[in-house]
Amino acid sequence: MNHAVEIRGLHKSFGSNKVLKGIDLSVEPGQVVCVIGPSGSGKSTLLRCVNLLEQPTSGKVFVGGVELTDEDVDIDAARRGVGMVFQQFNLFGHLTVLRNITIAQERVLKRRRPECERIARHNLERVGLTEKADSYPAQLSGGQQQRVAIARALAMDPSLMLFDEPTSALDPELVGDVLTVMRKLAEDGMTMLVVTHEMAFAREVADRVVFMDDGMVVEDGPPSQVIANPKHQRTRSFLSRVLNPTHVD
Amino acid sequence: MSEPVAALPQRGGLSPRKKQRISRGIQYAILIVIVVVVALLADWPAIINSFLNVEVAGETLPTLFTVALRNTVIYTVTAYVVGFVVGMVLALMRLSSVAPYRWIAAVYIEIFRGLPALVVLLMIASLPLAFPWLQIPGGVYGQAALGLGAVSSAYLAETFRGGIQAVPKGQMEAARSLGMPYMRAMVSIVIPQALRIVIPPLTNQLVFLFKDSSLVLFLGVTAAQVELAKFGNDVASTFANPTPLIVTGATYLLLTIPLGYLSRRMEARQ
Repeated sequence: MNHAVEIRGLHKSFGSNKVLKGIDLSVEPGQVVCVIGPSGSGKSTLLRCVNLLEQPTSGKVFVGGVELTDEDVDIDAARRGVGMVFQQFNLFGHLTVLRNITIAQERVLKRRRPECERIARHNLERVGLTEKADSYPAQLSGGQQQRVAIARALAMDPSLMLFDEPTSALDPELVGDVLTVMRKLAEDGMTMLVVTHEMAFAREVADRVVFMDDGMVVEDGPPSQVIANPKHQRTRSFLSRVLNPTHVD
Repeated sequence: MSEPVAALPQRGGLSPRKKQRISRGIQYAILIVIVVVVALLADWPAIINSFLNVEVAGETLPTLFTVALRNTVIYTVTAYVVGFVVGMVLALMRLSSVAPYRWIAAVYIEIFRGLPALVVLLMIASLPLAFPWLQIPGGVYGQAALGLGAVSSAYLAETFRGGIQAVPKGQMEAARSLGMPYMRAMVSIVIPQALRIVIPPLTNQLVFLFKDSSLVLFLGVTAAQVELAKFGNDVASTFANPTPLIVTGATYLLLTIPLGYLSRRMEARQ
């Protein structure tokens, strides 16, 4: 059986700035993997390399057994199977919520309009926003926008979902709604790769937690190990800073 | 020890507020004197006869609207369509990852922004002199659409580029992450939002073009091809009376003022 995601020897540099320094990582179908680490450690860049929003400098990325880094692969076709949720939501501001969810189905998957709308409404229901179908993104709260963004990605029937700090731009009281949707998605068996600072979510929902620092994977294992009982000093000091932000050494 | 003396009422001099009031009174007085003098000295019958001659104004009808305004609108709209399409292509070229496309667009924009519209129009009209096999379809109409369109495309290209760059990068990334090819994402997601941002400059460009369409008179037009400015001038010469120029001027304003108003309205809505 193929890995849902397999990353081999991934390097990414921006000019002389080496952001990823040889990442090897795989995600099995149905797994939820949370990537944690200090800012600037390369977590988001890693995630953006998985659907090639960033072109890796070297290394290979496979999704569902297909090598996306292969020159001959149809990247647009490959991206259809990989949903992505952004920190800033990135809903299409000129379109209604419903149209946000139908436009790619219609233009990319060539589904008929009534079918697109049926699927859109079904996914809006999954994120609990059926009544917002005709609103514009600017009329929604950040948490609602992020849930619409999740519904938009789900409407493409992805086999893998990437989350790039999905709750970092939200007011604290709105974080819970988004995490609830993500938790439900995990229970439904979706394969998820999540960059996050939500340690409670990682501890409770993730099958595996990956700790990254300085462009490398430092520690990779079940949350009971990486979060509760980290082996590496760098992981320990990061977690103590995140879990006790007011603590002074 | 210093006492706050500045604010105390000053004996002997006028307070600043009183001075201001007197100054304002003098300004009103000057204005009224000028208006009264002009009104008394002006030869009103002669002025009305020259500039607001109702009989001569009547001579412009109905051709003013059925031919002249109609042609002005045709020249403007066709040139705008050409400018819009070419401008959008140039904007996309300016943002292309293929360097020569960027250079070509940059050179084109520099040239056509730098040349007077009249020079471009005359060059287009004289193209058949250089290339006898070349016939610009539509005669004067085609030449006007091409010449004025070429100039406005340079301005519109920069406007479009600014608008596209003002759309957050995340919009393109979200569209691509849903599997949309680059051009599809541009057309469905980025450009519609860019156009909203640039509605005010787009309207301004239409107003400029509406006025610049008067340059078509230098191409040598027949009575059926005449636009507002030349029409006004022709009728004015016929009757040796400048009233038709006032009439055509008013006709321009009839369209430009509502357009400007519309543009400000849409700008305010954003």
